[in-house]
Amino acid sequence: MRILIKIIIFLILIPSKSFGLIEVDITRGNLDPLPIAVSPLSIDENSRQNFEKILKKGNIGNEISKIIEINLKTSGLFNPLNKDAFLQAPDIANLKPRFEDWNLIKAQALITGKVSYLDEKLRVEFRLWDVLAGKEMVALAFTTVPTNWRRVGHIITDKVYQRLTGEKGYFDTRIIYVAEEGPKTKRIKKLAIMDQDGANNKFLTLGNELVLTPRFNPTSQMVTYLSYFRNLPRVYLLDIETGTQEVVGDFPGMTFAPRFSPDGKKIIMSFAKDGNSEIYTMDLENRIVEKITNHPSIDTSPSFSPDGKFICFNSDRSGYQQIYVMRSDGSKVKRISFGKGLYGTPVWSPRGDLIAFTKLHKGKFYIGVMRTDGSGERLLTENFYQEAPSWSPNGRVLIFYRETKTDDKGEGFSAKLWSIDLTGYNERMVKTPTDASDPSWSSLLSN
Amino acid sequence: MNRSVIISSVLHAVFIFLTAMSLPFLTKKPIDLPPIVSIELIQITDKTNIPFAPKAKKIIEEVKKKEEKLVSEQAPPKKVKKIKPDSVPMPDDLVKNEKEIKEDKQNPEVVDNEVKQVSEFEKDELFDPNNIAALIDKSKEEIAETTKKNDKVTQDQKRNVENTGLSLSEEDALKAQIFGCWSIPLGLPYNENLLVRIKLQLKPDGTVAKSEIIDHARMNKPGQGFYKVLAESALRAVKLCQPLRVPTTGYEKWKELQLNFDAREMLEG
Repeated sequence: MRILIKIIIFLILIPSKSFGLIEVDITRGNLDPLPIAVSPLSIDENSRQNFEKILKKGNIGNEISKIIEINLKTSGLFNPLNKDAFLQAPDIANLKPRFEDWNLIKAQALITGKVSYLDEKLRVEFRLWDVLAGKEMVALAFTTVPTNWRRVGHIITDKVYQRLTGEKGYFDTRIIYVAEEGPKTKRIKKLAIMDQDGANNKFLTLGNELVLTPRFNPTSQMVTYLSYFRNLPRVYLLDIETGTQEVVGDFPGMTFAPRFSPDGKKIIMSFAKDGNSEIYTMDLENRIVEKITNHPSIDTSPSFSPDGKFICFNSDRSGYQQIYVMRSDGSKVKRISFGKGLYGTPVWSPRGDLIAFTKLHKGKFYIGVMRTDGSGERLLTENFYQEAPSWSPNGRVLIFYRETKTDDKGEGFSAKLWSIDLTGYNERMVKTPTDASDPSWSSLLSN
Repeated sequence: MNRSVIISSVLHAVFIFLTAMSLPFLTKKPIDLPPIVSIELIQITDKTNIPFAPKAKKIIEEVKKKEEKLVSEQAPPKKVKKIKPDSVPMPDDLVKNEKEIKEDKQNPEVVDNEVKQVSEFEKDELFDPNNIAALIDKSKEEIAETTKKNDKVTQDQKRNVENTGLSLSEEDALKAQIFGCWSIPLGLPYNENLLVRIKLQLKPDGTVAKSEIIDHARMNKPGQGFYKVLAESALRAVKLCQPLRVPTTGYEKWKELQLNFDAREMLEG
């Protein structure tokens, strides 16, 4: 009997060994943009007429889908397909897409949706489909006032981006910057704000006083910036939503580069006095100022890590301007940049893994990123003059400004905003009505 | 005599009955025909999209050409010379500090929560009753496997050559094919252990009969959004690639195949 059992066990085990499951490791893929079809959002005739009266737009469904398409295209991660190739009508596609048709034009994902006029409000529903799997991935509906239609397009893009890439989007955001006009020697600088795609541009100051370094609060629509008053820079706080602004305080000497802490409760900045510059924080509730660095060298451009435990800044304490990291109480200062050239304007990524910086080497300016311990330095872009990188809220894209050379006659100077992907691909100019500098990216307006 | 005749006839009857019952046409159920509905035939050739097909074909070809052009026109990334670190001495406590900072590495997820703001939009999930069927169908296809397996499978793992079943060139051909189909989601963090293992049942021509994500349960766990995105991209790659480039012989060996999708190398750059 035992022998019989042994034989049976032997017979069971032998085949499993000889036909083991074959494993193949896939460690590479393509980084081409994902082909995606953005079907125009369908709209019934009654809603179309109502929106035409209110918004003066022929077909609001088409307009919203265009916003989604442009957003996806500019991200560099998606390739929206030509609408002329679509075989299925938008209203039918929204109910049940014929996946074979979308497969035929090589779409891997499909966005469909419907716009309707409901109780004087704009109701937009959208669905994201996985064409190859033939299944729905996301379905959401939004109701808002009709004038918010552009934001609906941005929010839909954020949802699609998050579902397909795994990280939050950055489309429902705004950018604050310094708008510049006039000759280089006599520039008029105004504070301006716009949507991340350049739409809805507004000037927030008149240009009577020079404004510098606007920075968004990471938790709200509050901005801190510098403005000159009697030839001395003062730190201001501006609430974008209410339009109220206040002076944070009069500080002795020059003040530079104010920036919010991650919780938005403090401002970190540098004060210069007698040729020495130190880093200070100021609590916005009780206005208590705390000195963070204490060194005879010039310490400037502080930026908090997203958990608030560390601060990166630049200092010339080694003889040259380099990037340093310290604890938020000023202890354990450590130099992290060791490359050739000068390093400045360090900004900690909202993801916490990287620090963006400007580098000057052999007369050229570079925008680059490095890990928080200084390793893995990557230079993303090189130009005659460019600086002040600011992170998108998801830590995927950097916006900065770039100046062009003046010619012999002193003409041809311009300053424009540019954005670049973390990978160094997808460099784009962000269109602004005037020259622009010192951009700062807001957090997501909604979730 | 009579008794023998009765027994014989009964047995014959039993055999005839059994034979009759085993005949297939007798066991078939009658076809359940739906009631006939009268339909009025209307000529709608002019209105349907059938004549549109040649036009559509032209458009698709144009789009394809445009896509090809775009790829060729895409500028290569700028080559920037990497600058070697100079020999500036590091502070004495550099090593210590380095360790401490690594320990206190920031967690971006915590910060994201802080950054969140209340939306002024009313947002609600759509309920689609038609989609329930699709979900049920999917659950049939992709059954979670509960057996625990080693998570740390990488390309460096030494594998028994006898077990692989594929020669190096066969494996390379399959890999090269899937590399081309797999669009890696670029938003994934490179420092997380994201390995997606898919078990495939293949037909002799290389088409996929069944695909099953091992650790499927992880897809629906909270905080595993990145894994879900990666798993879906891997499934798309398999579907896009089929029929897979499998060897022409030895079907028994490769009729079941496991693909381990690991994006870390690509994401780290």
